Amino acid sequence: MTTEILMPALSPTMTEGNLSKWLIKKGDQVKAGDLIAEIETDKATMEVEAVDEGVVIDLLFKEGDVNIPVNKPIAIIGNPDEKIEEKNEKPLEKSGENKKTEKVIEKKFEIEKNDILQEKPKQNEQDKNLSSEEITMRQALRDTMAEEMRKDKKIFILGEEVAEYQGAYKVTQDLLQEFGKDRVLDTPISEHGFTGLAVGAAFKGLRPILEFMTFNFSMQAIDQIINSAAKTLYMSGGQINCPIVFRGPNGAAAQVAAQHSQDFSSWYSQVPGLKVLAPSTPYNAKGLLRSAITDPNPVIFLENEILYGLKGQVNNDINFSIPIGKANIEKEGKDLTIVTYSIMLQKSKEAAKRLKDQFNLDVEIIDLQTLRPLDFETVINSVKKTNRLITVEESWPFGSVGSEIANVVQRDAFDYLDSPIIKVNSADVPMPYSSSLEKLYLPQVDDIIEAAKKVTYIK
Amino acid sequence: MKKLNKNDYIKMYSYMLKIRRFEERAAQLYGMGHIGGFCHLYIGQEAVVVGVLMTIDKNDSVVTTYRDHGHMIARGLDPKRIMAELTGREDGYSAGKGGSMHMFSKENNFYGGHGIVGAQVPIGTGIAFTHKYNKEKNICRTYIGDGAMNNGQVFEAFNLAALWKLPVLYIIENNKYGMGTSVDRAAAGSDLYKRGEAFGIPGEKVNGMNVFKVIEAADKAGKYVRDGNGPYIIEVQTYRYRGHSMSDPAKYRTKEELENYKDTDPIEIVKTEILKKNFASEKEIEKINKDTLEEIKSAAEFAIKSNYPKDNELYTDVYI
Repeated sequence: MTTEILMPALSPTMTEGNLSKWLIKKGDQVKAGDLIAEIETDKATMEVEAVDEGVVIDLLFKEGDVNIPVNKPIAIIGNPDEKIEEKNEKPLEKSGENKKTEKVIEKKFEIEKNDILQEKPKQNEQDKNLSSEEITMRQALRDTMAEEMRKDKKIFILGEEVAEYQGAYKVTQDLLQEFGKDRVLDTPISEHGFTGLAVGAAFKGLRPILEFMTFNFSMQAIDQIINSAAKTLYMSGGQINCPIVFRGPNGAAAQVAAQHSQDFSSWYSQVPGLKVLAPSTPYNAKGLLRSAITDPNPVIFLENEILYGLKGQVNNDINFSIPIGKANIEKEGKDLTIVTYSIMLQKSKEAAKRLKDQFNLDVEIIDLQTLRPLDFETVINSVKKTNRLITVEESWPFGSVGSEIANVVQRDAFDYLDSPIIKVNSADVPMPYSSSLEKLYLPQVDDIIEAAKKVTYIK
Repeated sequence: MKKLNKNDYIKMYSYMLKIRRFEERAAQLYGMGHIGGFCHLYIGQEAVVVGVLMTIDKNDSVVTTYRDHGHMIARGLDPKRIMAELTGREDGYSAGKGGSMHMFSKENNFYGGHGIVGAQVPIGTGIAFTHKYNKEKNICRTYIGDGAMNNGQVFEAFNLAALWKLPVLYIIENNKYGMGTSVDRAAAGSDLYKRGEAFGIPGEKVNGMNVFKVIEAADKAGKYVRDGNGPYIIEVQTYRYRGHSMSDPAKYRTKEELENYKDTDPIEIVKTEILKKNFASEKEIEKINKDTLEEIKSAAEFAIKSNYPKDNELYTDVYI
């Protein structure tokens, strides 16, 4: 009887890990609770404990091996006397149930990877200053903050775990080391207070970057964001501006359920005085974050936890920026327009690929990049060309960004529409915990394909 | 503390009187329909802001609540432009877009005028953070109403200010009522100045009807904060003669209570001292009274004559 030790998932969004160190070797006796390995995740390096007992029969990976998928066997333990017998029998003995579970899990990774992480961003193809290496979105965000902090001493970062912990999602990694504790500040878990403090600092001339560990917690501070940050320029007759960036992950991660999986794009986009940006790739994350940091107005910068690991080429010019209020035509097409932003860009691209293969539909994809002020011109021009429109977004359906797009398009391009506009949103319910329901809740590639068939009247 | 001289006494008297006359005139204009919306008067509380004013450096910052007209006058701002904001005109400090509760003067380091109870407290703490970040010797005076002292963000701000040793002086203007609810009915443990104790913030209670007591406390507290010791709280016991806002008949308190406070009127206290010390004659005081009345009267005329904002101003100042 042998037991496999599997690569554990050490965070909600971890799909693979690196084996930094073995703390056991072949032949060792292992008891439950013994430390067996150090695993590096997307967020940290963590020690893993054994839950089963026995002698280490085999280590299936060596130290330094990277990108080992979650749930892949990394070691085998068992009774040493049965070792040879077991090995001769079959290497991986499993009940049918286990195999099934593993298949489901494998499929889940496959879907996520295909839909999100393996899609290469296209926007940057024409950029002559592209980096040769690919970096992750989290690195792109980090680098941009560091570049701007080097230029302007008025910029400082505050938030929960941004300094000594290096960021809950490692987006502020090494910033404390470079810029010191006066400019990289760990706050207590006190959103209302430290957001108000940052707003006051911005009124007085500093340029805070405020990280919400996730935007779900920004609700604790929403009065300061809207009543103070967004409105004071107006209420002061133009005297007091508020140059601040509120940034952090927005929307669903993976199975963190109702209170930690909300999309705030339409909430903030409704507010005059705020600008709202939502990057979808490392490339535009760099360009947009630079614009946000240097903008004299309060900017809501909606990142996405699942996208933090997305790799892509970037423009490494320290002055490279993407203008606020400009959408990107991610893919040109003539048959229908998909307007989307943030993580749904990747799903929309996958849908477009399948629509081409299955129905020979040539889809145009617009990545909004900025939600407020929204680039209606690019959307309208696209609809005038394709005559069909789908909006795809993670937010709840009622009063979403897509709702406003539908309103403006029917008003300004009514005669160009050949079919009703269809919105693809998350389900109109709180986010469930169960992975099966979570999948149903979120817009999937199939939902986008269904919407595309409807607007093109394909049965 | 430096000894107050004749000029200081006259300055205190003039400012307190100017605030009183301004507020009376604002009430009149409100009654005539020239001022709309919410309008919160400072009558009775004049010794608080004027007392603190006597200890202030002009590069210090100030942030306060929506009961802000008196604070602006004490900051040396022009009563004409304050009144013009109340009437919603283009010459107002916020060009007619802020109104009574939302007035600012960045060049005078006056950061509002905040309409949301408690919101100015973290903001003032952040302004103090900036003074420290920029290594300036200035402090931020953050005024708080007694009502806000039950608001969570105030304690979050206290924690941050103490944790980061920020140069912020919290001044609680305890005028006994948060709208119609007395402090005793709203605050468990009514010594509001003690509410920083858990964070290690020193605090003290001061008689806010007596400007000399306020000066003494503000001077001591201001020095403590300016010397880099972190925040300090003073709770100033004061009283508003009028209701919470213009539309409040103040039926939650007795006439006797009001009359008792009027007997210790803060302006009268200063006037008596001036006469006693022979810093001015009755006649000279009379002249100050008359000049003040005239100044405020002309401010009201200015505010009524000033133009309404141009229509296109509706869409300006949303972004910079």
